[in-house]
Amino acid sequence: MRKLILTVLAALSVAGVSQTALAHEGPALQKPGFSFEGVFGHYDQAALKRGFQVFHEVCSNCHGMRLVAYRNLKEIGLTEDEAKAVAAERQIQDGPNDEGAMFMRPGRLSDHYIPPFANDNAARANNNGALPPDLSLIAKAREGGPNYVYSLLLGFDEAAPEGHTVPDGMFYNAYFPGGNIGMPPQIMDDLVTYADGTKATKEQLAHDVVSLLNWAAEPELDARKTLGLHVMIFLTVLTALFYALKVQIWKDVH
Amino acid sequence: MSGFHTNSKVIGWVEQRLPIFSFLHHSAVEYPTPKNLNYWWNFGSLAGFQLVVMILSGIFLAANYTAHTSLAFDSVERIMRDVNYGWFMRYLHANGASMFFLLVYTHMLRGLYYGSYKAPRELLWWLGVVIYLCMMGTAFMGYVLPWGQMSFWGATVITNLFSAFPVVGKFIVTWLWGGFAVDNPTLNRFYAFHYLLPFVIYALMVVHLWALHTVKSNNPLGIDVKTPQDTIPFHPYFTIKDLFGIGVFLMIYMAFVFWAPNFFGEPDNYIKANPMVTPPHIVPEWYFLPFYAILRAFTMDLWIIPAKLQGVVAMFSAIIVLLFLPWLDTSKVRSAAFRPIYKQLFWVFVADCVVLGYCGGKPPEGNLVMIGQLATAYYFLHFLVILPIVGKIEKTRPLPASISSAVLKPMEKA
Amino acid sequence: MAEPASHAQPGGDGQTRRDFLLQATTAVGVVGTCLSLWPFIDSMNPAADTLALSTTDVDLSSVKVGQSITVVWQGKPVFVRHRTPDEIAAAAKDDGETMRDPQKDADRVKKAEWLVLIGVCTHLGCIPGGQKPGDSRGDFGGWMCPCHGSHYDTSGRIRKGPAPANLAVPPYTFTSASTIRIG
Repeated sequence: MRKLILTVLAALSVAGVSQTALAHEGPALQKPGFSFEGVFGHYDQAALKRGFQVFHEVCSNCHGMRLVAYRNLKEIGLTEDEAKAVAAERQIQDGPNDEGAMFMRPGRLSDHYIPPFANDNAARANNNGALPPDLSLIAKAREGGPNYVYSLLLGFDEAAPEGHTVPDGMFYNAYFPGGNIGMPPQIMDDLVTYADGTKATKEQLAHDVVSLLNWAAEPELDARKTLGLHVMIFLTVLTALFYALKVQIWKDVH
Repeated sequence: MSGFHTNSKVIGWVEQRLPIFSFLHHSAVEYPTPKNLNYWWNFGSLAGFQLVVMILSGIFLAANYTAHTSLAFDSVERIMRDVNYGWFMRYLHANGASMFFLLVYTHMLRGLYYGSYKAPRELLWWLGVVIYLCMMGTAFMGYVLPWGQMSFWGATVITNLFSAFPVVGKFIVTWLWGGFAVDNPTLNRFYAFHYLLPFVIYALMVVHLWALHTVKSNNPLGIDVKTPQDTIPFHPYFTIKDLFGIGVFLMIYMAFVFWAPNFFGEPDNYIKANPMVTPPHIVPEWYFLPFYAILRAFTMDLWIIPAKLQGVVAMFSAIIVLLFLPWLDTSKVRSAAFRPIYKQLFWVFVADCVVLGYCGGKPPEGNLVMIGQLATAYYFLHFLVILPIVGKIEKTRPLPASISSAVLKPMEKA
Repeated sequence: MAEPASHAQPGGDGQTRRDFLLQATTAVGVVGTCLSLWPFIDSMNPAADTLALSTTDVDLSSVKVGQSITVVWQGKPVFVRHRTPDEIAAAAKDDGETMRDPQKDADRVKKAEWLVLIGVCTHLGCIPGGQKPGDSRGDFGGWMCPCHGSHYDTSGRIRKGPAPANLAVPPYTFTSASTIRIG
């Protein structure tokens, strides 16, 4: 039995090694420590709300978040009216109306976050040829996840090493594959004035917006971990009972 | 033989017309099972359990999934975000595939160690290999459905394997695609077959069990059952043991589902498929990595056989060779417990598979290319050369007279 | 069948302990199995995006007296009728009649000239006729369901036929004098 457990663990670790075989290139990632990490980790609502303020005021000028609906904002602590107000800030195409024409109307709660550009070509044309990716899943779609995004946001300080050329209109960022990124540095102290009075340091801003992005990618995280704990407690009891019954039934077999 | 009796009129009425109760009694209650089975024998029932979990979660996912290139990715994200418990079903299904392979690989290795493929169990073993092949097809096509970058490029790379065959290759590939690239027709047919194959696997599993109940279970000693004292009825002894196994398994499985749901996944698959951009590293799921390494091990054209064709043939041969195993292993003794040399070789083989898996997951650069080639050579050497020879020259340890006599003595550590 | 020796002493301490364990394990296992089925069952209920009520805005300015329009709300047809004074009077006059689902006309409208109804027959879900000029409006001048012959009056109340209830009134508000928002 012990041997079996050891073997299963060994097999799992082999699978793990093969999974991490494609290690992240570039410098080691910065790990600020997020509230949603770990077995008992959950989202920090205040951080999510601050992070949304950063995303909404800054990031959303170039990046979309098309998988998140305005109604979802209620989950991070916005009131219904606040969410409606955010939705109504941008216009979305609807129609056709009775005359057969398409028309623009303000966003509603049931709409998804309205992207800054009508399509990828418009986004490229407005961004020096670079396509700002949609950020709905960015925290799951990059090796290193939230730590990668955090490091990237704060990774503009270093100068490019000698011999490394940065093309015009691009910026050096050691964390970005290849080192040259089309996005200019965005995070700076007091970039936004937080509604809750938190001091908007660079680290705070990056931490908050990455928390928000992780929520956008994994909105189910809180529910998942809570349900997981209940399931595990149940399975422990059930498996213990199975084991006790097994010992009882087998005790006279030689 | 049948120990089935009933006083119930209803059961008796059904029984006269369809002897299903005596059948169940015969195969799930009184089935005489060697009493010395260890916990490695749990993995068959665990794999059966996992098949049911996969079918169940799959059906409810299918009810919310849309198989169209423009909608598939978003429909999966809708499952993750809007469908009640959709994230649970999807993570159950995605991690469940990895778990299924983990269980089946363990089940197969148990068979290799204890010689469960030898006479009279050759057909039982063959059915298992066919189930494994169907699983590979199902898993591959299922991985395409979320229509992420890995889905798309995995499908492109694997279907292109068939282009290696001379003359017919490119027609086969076009036929598989239903077009000139992996596209909507491909996604649609993969969805259809991904839904169908699990039921084929289920049917094969029933036949696998039928064969098992005909030839009866092997056991850690690898010797035949001789007297009724060697066996105990399946119920309650192995029903409770299997249930305990399911409990332990579920705890490991659920740990992944709830706390590391993307552990086995690739970040790139959360980027929607883009036929114009290939991700820098394409890797299959971990359970295909050893075969991927074998595929890539061939880098030189030989005579008129291009390297590409060699790799593809080798990869398919790596599985086909399993079908010949009952005759390649010439030893009369089943269990490695009594085969001192084979016992070592078994673990070397396991290590070889791990090395292959590691090479398959890494970019083919530097030493890894050669290591992968050596490991590939050893894989075939093990089956085609070492096993036939070792079977002949190995001096095996004396077999016990019977299971019960061996069990009464302190068991030799296997 | 080999009956092992352990079963030999019924009623012994071991037997009691085993019975208890068996019952406890069965109970926990059955409860767990039932609970684990819930996510699958619940996944077939409407999803969050379906529940996020979409609303429909309707411009009434072009609907003349006596005309009806049909708009779509949550995948269902909604009847909007600009009632004539005669129709309003007929509906109000019948308030005292014996009906299967008694309701006053005044309780079914926000403004007497505008009648807004979900256009799904309460019998078995067909769409009653009466919207288009050529349709039969039934014995009471409202709507008539062609499937099984349910007659609705000018307030959308069931007056004859198998339907059990009046045509439902959806939630709506007047956003201006001539526009309504349904939902």
